[in-house]
Amino acid sequence: MTNSWVDIRNANIVLSMGGNSAEAHPVGFRWVMQAKERSDAILISIDPRYNRTTAVADYHAWIRTGTDIAFLGGLISYLIESDRYNREYVEAYTDAAHLVREGFEFHDGLFTGYDEARHQYDKATWNFDLDEQGFARRDETLQHPRCVFQLMRRHYSRYSVEMVERICGMPQAKVLQLWDLLAQSAAPDKTMTILYALGWTQHSVGAQMIRTGAMVQLLLGNMGMPGGGVNALRGHSNIQGLTDIGLLSNLLTGYMTLPAAGAQDYRGYIQEKVRQPLLPNQVSYWKYYERFFVSTMKAFYGDAATVENDWCYHWLPKLSEPLYDVLYAVNDMTKGTMTGAICQGFNILAAFPNKAKVLDGLSKLRYLVIMDPLANETGEFWKNHGEFNDVDPSQIQTTVFRLPTSCFAEDDGSITNSSRWLQWHHRAVPPPGEAKTDNAILAGLFQRLQKLYQEEGGAFPEPILNLTWEYSDPAHPAAAELAQEYNGRALADIEDQGRIIRRKGELLNDFGDLRADGSTSCGCWIYSGAWTEQGNMMDRRDNSDPYDIGVTLGWAWAWPLNRRILYNRASARPDGTPWDPNRALIWWSGERWVGADVPDYPIAAAPEEDIKPFILSESGTGHFFASEWLGEGPFPEHYEPLESPIPNNPLHPQNPLAYHNPVARVFAEDRDTFGTFEEFPYAATTYRLTEHFHYWTTHVLLNAIVQPEKFVEIGEVLAGELGIAAGEKVRVRSKRGHIDAVAVVTKRLRPLQVDGRTVHQVGIPIHWGFTGVAKKAHLTNTLTPFVGDGNTQTPEFKSFLVNVEKL
Amino acid sequence: MSVRVSRRQFLKFGAAGLGASSMAMMGFAPDQALASVRHFKLSGAKVSRNICTYCSVGCGMLLYARGDGAINSHDHIFHVEGDPDHPVSRGSLCPRGAGVLDFIRSDSRVRYPQVREPGTDEWKRISWDDALERIVRMMKDDRDRNFETHDEEGHLVNRWMTTAMVAASACTNETAYLTQKITRALGILKLDNQARV
Amino acid sequence: MRGDQINLQNIIARSATNEPSPQIRSGGVEQVTKLIDVSVCIGCKACQVACMEWNDLRDEVGECDGTYNAPQDLTPSSFEVMRFSEYENEEGDLEWLIRKDNCMHCAEPGCLKACPSPGAIVQYANGIVDFNSEHCIGCGYCVAGCPFDIPRISKKDNKAYKCTLCSDRVYHGLEPACVKSCPTGSIQFGTKEQMLDYGAHRVGKLKERGFDNAGIYDPAGVGGTHVVYVLQHADKPEIYSGLPKDPHISPTVELWKGVTKPLMSAVLGVSVLAGFFHYMTKGPKEEPEDDPDPDQAAAEREQDRHDEERRP
Repeated sequence: MTNSWVDIRNANIVLSMGGNSAEAHPVGFRWVMQAKERSDAILISIDPRYNRTTAVADYHAWIRTGTDIAFLGGLISYLIESDRYNREYVEAYTDAAHLVREGFEFHDGLFTGYDEARHQYDKATWNFDLDEQGFARRDETLQHPRCVFQLMRRHYSRYSVEMVERICGMPQAKVLQLWDLLAQSAAPDKTMTILYALGWTQHSVGAQMIRTGAMVQLLLGNMGMPGGGVNALRGHSNIQGLTDIGLLSNLLTGYMTLPAAGAQDYRGYIQEKVRQPLLPNQVSYWKYYERFFVSTMKAFYGDAATVENDWCYHWLPKLSEPLYDVLYAVNDMTKGTMTGAICQGFNILAAFPNKAKVLDGLSKLRYLVIMDPLANETGEFWKNHGEFNDVDPSQIQTTVFRLPTSCFAEDDGSITNSSRWLQWHHRAVPPPGEAKTDNAILAGLFQRLQKLYQEEGGAFPEPILNLTWEYSDPAHPAAAELAQEYNGRALADIEDQGRIIRRKGELLNDFGDLRADGSTSCGCWIYSGAWTEQGNMMDRRDNSDPYDIGVTLGWAWAWPLNRRILYNRASARPDGTPWDPNRALIWWSGERWVGADVPDYPIAAAPEEDIKPFILSESGTGHFFASEWLGEGPFPEHYEPLESPIPNNPLHPQNPLAYHNPVARVFAEDRDTFGTFEEFPYAATTYRLTEHFHYWTTHVLLNAIVQPEKFVEIGEVLAGELGIAAGEKVRVRSKRGHIDAVAVVTKRLRPLQVDGRTVHQVGIPIHWGFTGVAKKAHLTNTLTPFVGDGNTQTPEFKSFLVNVEKL
Repeated sequence: MSVRVSRRQFLKFGAAGLGASSMAMMGFAPDQALASVRHFKLSGAKVSRNICTYCSVGCGMLLYARGDGAINSHDHIFHVEGDPDHPVSRGSLCPRGAGVLDFIRSDSRVRYPQVREPGTDEWKRISWDDALERIVRMMKDDRDRNFETHDEEGHLVNRWMTTAMVAASACTNETAYLTQKITRALGILKLDNQARV
Repeated sequence: MRGDQINLQNIIARSATNEPSPQIRSGGVEQVTKLIDVSVCIGCKACQVACMEWNDLRDEVGECDGTYNAPQDLTPSSFEVMRFSEYENEEGDLEWLIRKDNCMHCAEPGCLKACPSPGAIVQYANGIVDFNSEHCIGCGYCVAGCPFDIPRISKKDNKAYKCTLCSDRVYHGLEPACVKSCPTGSIQFGTKEQMLDYGAHRVGKLKERGFDNAGIYDPAGVGGTHVVYVLQHADKPEIYSGLPKDPHISPTVELWKGVTKPLMSAVLGVSVLAGFFHYMTKGPKEEPEDDPDPDQAAAEREQDRHDEERRP
């Protein structure tokens, strides 16, 4: 989230799209109801289903799954053409005035540089027109035909209300009604918040859907505002933290990236990562990349990391692909090129698409290690569970270890919520039986490995032998020790302008203390400040909100630097006064920035200095034009899901290359696993229910009682056509398999008119499996397609095709 | 009247209703015909603060345990409710959080290390030492056999591509950091988490 | 403190007993009320889970019946359930009306009036109507006496159960478990006065949003209730999964309590006492023949609910 849960209460308009927050985050949703109660906010719910959020919404619309870019792209065009955007904000705080270099074009669904064979773009032209000093040229009048604003305007001019109706299946009158409501937040004293979750991410164009939402918020002047922002509600309790710490194939901690194989030279790697300002006088905080990197390497390798060996740069593994995500790994498993896997609290058999393929992959491993508090499906993939997992154990040669871990109640440490708050928790009781904490198990594995390498030698032992391990109990690194390690320490006295600011051995105060000369160690730069000489900042419990604006700076600790609303400089006008006096967050006092939040900005930089508010970006501006950051192009474009219920992309009916996401990664092994709408006529989408949490709560009796059995949701009209009554059993098939479930027949799903066709949508909750106390069932992911978003490889769980039959 | 009536006798007798009421009217009633509220179950409980393990709202929880932490006492959690001080949740919990007691105490909790040998259809209990020694041996054999120091184009890449690690969304930042350190030191690139699901 | 100190002083009515409770003290105990604002409810069932957790109840893992209702009805182990109904309003717009169904804690409780077992049902000065299971004889009269169809007889121990409004928590100054858990603030708890004030405020807000018939459900036919609803369509309570429009205690129960008992008491007293001694020395003469049959009652309830829902 750019903002926070409590901040939602400051909104005038709450747009729930690509998420169902009442269902998935009921307690966070309280703040939506508070917005309605406190400021008569309106809640707008746009979703394929009339869902629990819709139940308390003021306005709602059904939308065909996977078409949100069309709706939002049309909104962008509407806002521009009807002059209902925050012009002052757009001029001062965005890249609208930047000129884009010659050669960048968009034609019939594709941007310049498409390589059909590789399904990739050459992005050379996707950039700004730079002057001699390397700064972007600008036209402050926004009139230049190659300025971002005009290019954007042209790009979305195709997204007429008629086109939106054809793609989304939303009647024009409804589209216009919603656009008019959303446009109201262009006023400086009105803000809109966007609440989204996996309903946007889990598409082959997921990242671009989110970007379109962000562009709308920039146009309306809602970024940085209390009650504004683009808010990823996120799924799991610490998925924010795991991402911050970089447990993804291509990341180091704090969103630094691992080197590509071609980056054979340390200096070249750093120079590529260091982002120099694109406009004069801007912060461009990534220019300090080397400080973050060197400090991380010092945390990992201590004295072994020296300037002479480039801080052990070559000890890091290097990438030959953009990502080695779970889909990639599972695909390799099925090819027989993988030996082992460690699943730490991750039930991949249930959670990943095309269960048959995941099962095949796991069956080809030599070993599988499960670390989990619960006896889940992945651990028992080899076991015959009747029709729900019909395998022959004698044919599966994988050795499977199941190691019991503690759960949250039995372990200390911090987790990071979607508001970026690191909240510390305390162990209440010991784990059951012989279960151990994850730290103890990881340490047990690593220390044994280290011992074997000491005794036997082996492949490239240096990083294993030199990994820092300065824990009081080496067999069980304490959470407090690890937290201090990622916060960082001075390895020598640290000076600033001739004054010693940190003594050798002291904990760092924040990432401003970091140095690139090896004199600081810091495991995760964005978490620097979490555990300082003042103590454990994550365990603070002062819930006071002195400005009554929903900002509790004394509660826990938020990254970065305890800031609660990102880009909060943009909550004030260029002259430093709040856009809305009743929603003042920070403002210029005449000497410094002050207010309810920690300024996300140089604290003493006067408004006249014209330092722009988005300090991580190279030009300090919010970007409508994404340059080369995303795979599909600088402006989001609507493409159909890989399995679409219509025969072409209505925007580009003649160009088959622009039917689906042109850079979607489809493995050769999976080409035959996609169905067509002739065979599988209904658009399906999967989701969570409020009574359950993924596959965990089928092991939880209380939750099993209140939602006991697998069901699918079918609209009354479709059910009528198929002769299905509520409570009857149905079989849902996709090209990849079938599941059986009880039919919930509902008015909440309706057929949509899409480009002259009637499209029925079928809703499939993800819960229930073949273990636990709830009724046993087929895993929903038996049905889902093995394809991911073009940038993140998040599987397209939200849009695929099925058929339904009565059993 | 000094006849002492057991509950069951009284119950049977009174089943017709009319009669029982008349009995009571006459001043005859079992000696416990008074109100009694349930014993207040939180009396004497030990409270710990925690953060919910399910979604990313991060609600505050109070875990109520029996036992005082004494060396001979095996404490157990018997009730969970919301932490009213928490700025987001203010004491509330959703149906997952409100039911988390049955997660902590689920019959599905794994209680000791187990192994399933190739081709068999059962779990066997093993010791921690056996489990870790065997896992580490398989990991090292695989790493030593398949470690890539250079790619096909001769780039120094130092990576181990044949074992994957997927990490838990509910583990702490401290565990995540330890995981990051260890996996990169081993050269693992096939590292992922649940951000996508 | 509100509603604390449950002792004889604070019991204002006790089933099958005419003996007055001590009444000389005044004040100290306020009437408590739970308000359920249906317009804020998302049907998440947190209240349902919190209720089971607090009260140490675990119902059966049932089945999906083709709706979100689970369990489908109140049971001895489910003191409350959520009832979902899809309602198309006059404009043709869909509304998903989700009502938390549980004991209403009537000011004039039909269950208590009908109950023949002394002290099995009590009403506290704070308004909570509580079942004292020790004294329940499982006759089912409370089921017949309840205009909201709340109590359920357990097959396990042949006793009646229902929501206690967490009298144990309220006694200790806490809100009921369902109230505390409620994520959206749909369920509120306070004195009756506070809740009626808050309800009026909510009704005002709903009217501003176009719900012209919004109102508070606090039915006079049972003397008002200590669980009140805020409804978007208070003119049609039956669309909320059959909430009765004008609930009354059944005439049979009223007759027995109002007329029969005082007139007959002297006569009955003698004959019953004779019967009692017969029982104590020789055993029961016969089982009562008019015991309500729980299964039969369930079937009738189902029929009633359907009838309510079909009412225009």
